[in-house]
Amino acid sequence: MIAAASHVEAYAQALAAKRRQLALGLVALAVCVWLAGHTAEVSFSKFFENIGSFTSYLYRISHLESGQWVVSDPAEWFWGWKKWLALMGETLLMAYIGTALGALGALMLCFLASKNITEREWLVFSTRRLMEFTRTVPEMVFALIFVAAFSLGPLPGILALAIHSAGALGKLFAEVVENIDMKPVDGIVATGGSWLQKVRFAVMPQVASNFASYALLRFEINVRGAAVLGFVGAGGIGQTLLEVIRKFYYADVSALLVLIIGTVMLIDGLTERVRHQLLGQERQR
Amino acid sequence: MSEMSGMSDAQRALRQRYSAHFQPIYRGQGLTFATILIAILVFGYGIFSLDMSYARLVGGLGELGNMALRMLPPEPGSWHMAGTYVYAMLETLAIALLGTLSAAIVAFPLGFLAARNTTINQVVKFFARRSFDTLRGVDILIWALIWINVVGLGPFAGVLALFMSDLGSFGKLFSEAIEAADEKPVEGVLSTGGSSLAAVRFGVLPQLLPVLLSQVLYAFESNTRSASIIGIVGAGGIGLILSEQIRTLELQQMSFVILLIWGTVSLIDMGCSRIRFSVIGLRAL
Repeated sequence: MIAAASHVEAYAQALAAKRRQLALGLVALAVCVWLAGHTAEVSFSKFFENIGSFTSYLYRISHLESGQWVVSDPAEWFWGWKKWLALMGETLLMAYIGTALGALGALMLCFLASKNITEREWLVFSTRRLMEFTRTVPEMVFALIFVAAFSLGPLPGILALAIHSAGALGKLFAEVVENIDMKPVDGIVATGGSWLQKVRFAVMPQVASNFASYALLRFEINVRGAAVLGFVGAGGIGQTLLEVIRKFYYADVSALLVLIIGTVMLIDGLTERVRHQLLGQERQR
Repeated sequence: MSEMSGMSDAQRALRQRYSAHFQPIYRGQGLTFATILIAILVFGYGIFSLDMSYARLVGGLGELGNMALRMLPPEPGSWHMAGTYVYAMLETLAIALLGTLSAAIVAFPLGFLAARNTTINQVVKFFARRSFDTLRGVDILIWALIWINVVGLGPFAGVLALFMSDLGSFGKLFSEAIEAADEKPVEGVLSTGGSSLAAVRFGVLPQLLPVLLSQVLYAFESNTRSASIIGIVGAGGIGLILSEQIRTLELQQMSFVILLIWGTVSLIDMGCSRIRFSVIGLRAL
């Protein structure tokens, strides 16, 4: 009986300690939220006063100038489809080239950032810090800087996507490389293979399908990113979107949004299928 | 065949027995090569059509190097300006915190509607999922532009923009987590006579909370990054300062602000990992 009672007591104590900790955490969170609400000028009165203009905005972008529901006249709604499709194509191409260049950069960096392939610790350390920097700084910031250096157009956008992707993919690639089976590497090293041969014949066959899968995932993310790079003048459909939003061409806003969302969903679906196949291949091995 | 003549009988026998393993590796890889060829062709077309000429690249790189030199050393200008930057960074954090938290709170019940095993019916599930997809498909910057029309310029529009886009991603992630939850604890609670509410509270929630918490923490980190650029369109945070500095080419201050963003995001990243580990322990997710 005594033993059971002390167990119950110990349980109650442990529970109380956990609850105290939780309560403390919640209080700290509440204080942070209050401070944040103050800083971010959150005002529910302003929100509820103006929520009508959100719904009326939705109403306006879903109606043509003639007052008709947009879907009733698709030809009028998508009046600029030729121009818009070309811009969307440019956006996709930007995302593709940005991803490809970024993946190439990541491919070169990831082996240097993997402890099991590169022995020199300072090299691993500095490569990792470099990749960390390029993926922590948002691509929009790179785009702003590159627009100043390369002038307006898709080129700065592509470079911004590439630099950011190189950092983000490099980290993922390096994680894959660090999890490989080291036996083939030992085999190549034992037969006197060079560093490059080691990477080519022992590492690449193990990681290629994972790399491709991550690169596709990044492509999907970059399509979304490329669609708004135009906001800072870095090419793609974003510039036109910003213009129509700022000039209150309501029906055009919804047309462009539908075009962007549709394309993004299409790309999502396609890349997901390819990725499943790639990963399926990996599992069969 | 000089190659063959140099081999011993044993080697020749091996070659004969395992002839498949001695075939050149590119046999039966037609599809792969076709894919790579198309990828390269599209890449070339993109380089050509997006005006990524060599001259422009070199000129831009020169200008970029020039800018990089003028960025050094990073300095805020004066103590007063440093205070302004730090306050703008705090505003950025406030936007990220409120956007993430409010989206998580609203997405939590909605996630149950979009999960296969807890939804009311197929129609609700379908609409919940499609709504999440649409919310996610619109970029944060676009949401910010739309909300600026409703609540005016300032950080509150940024909070609402993050809220919308996170609602989409949390809804998807939460519903996936709910679908992945193990049914057995629920059966256990029900078999001891617990109500269905008790089954959710003691059967599902304990499995769910660590997963959700870790997703929310990840999102908070990435939202800090997003919140630092939405200022570009006027939705509060440090992005406005950054884009102005680039426009007026105050490069030393700009590099200070970029370092500030980088440092803050890295700090948040470390802090989030610590909270994650302290709450969920080292248990694998």
